[in-house]
Amino acid sequence: MGTQHSKAAKEFLKNQDYAHWHDNTFWAVRQKRDNMAQGLDEWEQLREKASAIKRHTITHLDQYLDEFATRAERNGAIVHWAKDAAEFNEIVYGILKEHDVKKMVKSKSMLTEECGMNPYLEARGIEVVETDLGERIIQLKGQKPSHIVMPAIHLNHDDVGELFEEKGISDEKGNHDPTYLTYRARLSLRNEFLTADAGMTGANFGIAETGDIVVCTNEGNADMSTSCPKLHIAAIGLEKVIPNYDCLAVFQRMLCRAGTGQPTTTYTSHFRKARPTAEQMHIVLVDNGRSDWIANPEHWEILKCIRCGSCMNTCPVYRRSGGYSYSYFIPGPVGINLGMLRSPLQHSGNVSACTLCLSCQSVCPVKIDLGDQVYKWRQQLDEFGTANSSKKLMCNAMTTLFSHPSLYKMATAVSPLANILPPFLINSSLNPWAEGHDMMKFPKKPFHEMAKDLNISPKA
Amino acid sequence: MKIGLFIPCYVDTLYPEVGVATYRLLKHLGIDVTYPLHQTCCGQPMANAGFEGEALPLVKKFEETFNAFDYVVAPSVSCTAFVRLNYQRLLGEAHECTTAQKAMDVVEFLHDVVKVNQPLGRFPHKVSLHNSCHGVRELRLSSPSEEHIAKFNKIKDLLQLVDGIEVVEPERPDECCGFGGMFAVEETAVSAQMGIDKLNRHIATGAEYITGPDCSCLMHLSGVAKKQGKDIQFKHVVEILAAGI
Repeated sequence: MGTQHSKAAKEFLKNQDYAHWHDNTFWAVRQKRDNMAQGLDEWEQLREKASAIKRHTITHLDQYLDEFATRAERNGAIVHWAKDAAEFNEIVYGILKEHDVKKMVKSKSMLTEECGMNPYLEARGIEVVETDLGERIIQLKGQKPSHIVMPAIHLNHDDVGELFEEKGISDEKGNHDPTYLTYRARLSLRNEFLTADAGMTGANFGIAETGDIVVCTNEGNADMSTSCPKLHIAAIGLEKVIPNYDCLAVFQRMLCRAGTGQPTTTYTSHFRKARPTAEQMHIVLVDNGRSDWIANPEHWEILKCIRCGSCMNTCPVYRRSGGYSYSYFIPGPVGINLGMLRSPLQHSGNVSACTLCLSCQSVCPVKIDLGDQVYKWRQQLDEFGTANSSKKLMCNAMTTLFSHPSLYKMATAVSPLANILPPFLINSSLNPWAEGHDMMKFPKKPFHEMAKDLNISPKA
Repeated sequence: MKIGLFIPCYVDTLYPEVGVATYRLLKHLGIDVTYPLHQTCCGQPMANAGFEGEALPLVKKFEETFNAFDYVVAPSVSCTAFVRLNYQRLLGEAHECTTAQKAMDVVEFLHDVVKVNQPLGRFPHKVSLHNSCHGVRELRLSSPSEEHIAKFNKIKDLLQLVDGIEVVEPERPDECCGFGGMFAVEETAVSAQMGIDKLNRHIATGAEYITGPDCSCLMHLSGVAKKQGKDIQFKHVVEILAAGI
């Protein structure tokens, strides 16, 4: 019954020291988040409010998108609309080509990852340099993010030290001190900022009332990416637009508390137009499936997500399997759901990577019913043709047995109890249950037989 | 007040003593409880696996079996939560579902309806409390650790009525143990790892017993414990509440 996730998770868990380190690292982030949440008496009200704002905005998105774009244009930004990933990449490439850009620095954006922008531009001769330290590390290593907020969390300082030596970023061999490595990364990136022809940022929020693009970072790299080059391109998913500053204030109090357990990000930068010494600021609004997802009655609320990553940090399965075990580029509870919206055929394997413990939806700052949505996706697998056939047979057999009490009673009377249990619980070398468990003891009589002796049932 | 006792399929076949303890405890408290014989399963295993359609005949059967009672009481938080949260939707608007409102886990029934506050049995042992996910986050037997709300724990409240008991909680008191029904056979490695981690945290409290409101978590943890050669015992909450009664 192994899915891609279950197989990858098994591999992940073979290195027990690393697996425990991974689990403890993310649990520590969850605890920092708990401390922050416990520190605000109005935390649960904020979650309600944040959810309500998102529900309102998403259900009035046409109006707010129009307002946002109008304001942004009035501010002097150039607004583009991309219906999908391909169109987004073409638009960005078109802008870069027009300005004869050879090198672009960029701050963190999961949207560009979603659209596969970096390889698209690199294939057309444009150098793209990630400037978020974690993103830069995995870019140099040729990897994908393993977490949406802490993309290089799976690597330790020795991994980074060796990588920097290999790439000529650090010159003291064997010095893997994090402060030293950060200093060397800063020197190297400083040069990239100064020599880039364009800077790209993502967007944590777009403000309809003012046309602002709001970017939250801890490293100031979004500011560097927009302060040096002559061109700024901001990439923003449609669902990131919110009505006004009052709404922003709600999210600003939650995003970082939920995500990293800090009261706020070090930098919260607002961009409205190109700075006086620069040429242009472009905003690319990207749909790429989002407007279809709004119409999905069971799953549209996933669009409330502010990408804080807290559902990953709390997910007991994510912490014990790592970001790379999921088939979609966004892992964990929100990634399971986003992957299914993107392509059920490709990503159905992830929906069984969940115990339905529902910690994710209790943590989520915008109250997305993440676990309940996983449950709902499971109900649809049969219709997608991606349901596990042995699981289906098992469920069918259980129903036959359980919907006929007389058959159930007879089965328990004439055969060993093991034969009427949900088959997956039977211990045998062929049974997956036996991999992690020892055989349970079987009682002499089931309860319904004992009940007869206790005389507690109404007479038939 | 007429109480229908629901003993879920796996409790019936694997943990009949939990059914007996539930019955004895309710009887001891003077409650009019009967056990309808033609009951089997609530349908949760199929539905959680993605086959709600397979659960539907069982939902109808359950409704038929229990609709004449004032409450349906079960020693299982996940089955109770499944009935309460899904039955009306599964039956459809055309059929009124009465059991969704009447289904109660035995812990919440004793705590919220009977409001037990008299001394119960005697259990002179150190016990580590296992807060099952669906008890915490669906039935709200205790305050979920994720939420900023006043702390409470109904299971602990009841266990405090037992003579001689010392109740402790493990670190990460409501992190999932990794059972999750079909999850345990589809994601064997993660499930076992979660079980081992949970077990070790329970053992680290120095408790002699692990107790909880759901036999499925306890079945998982005890299977892991045996495989790992760990020496700790397991009791459902009702077995402790009824000890010596």
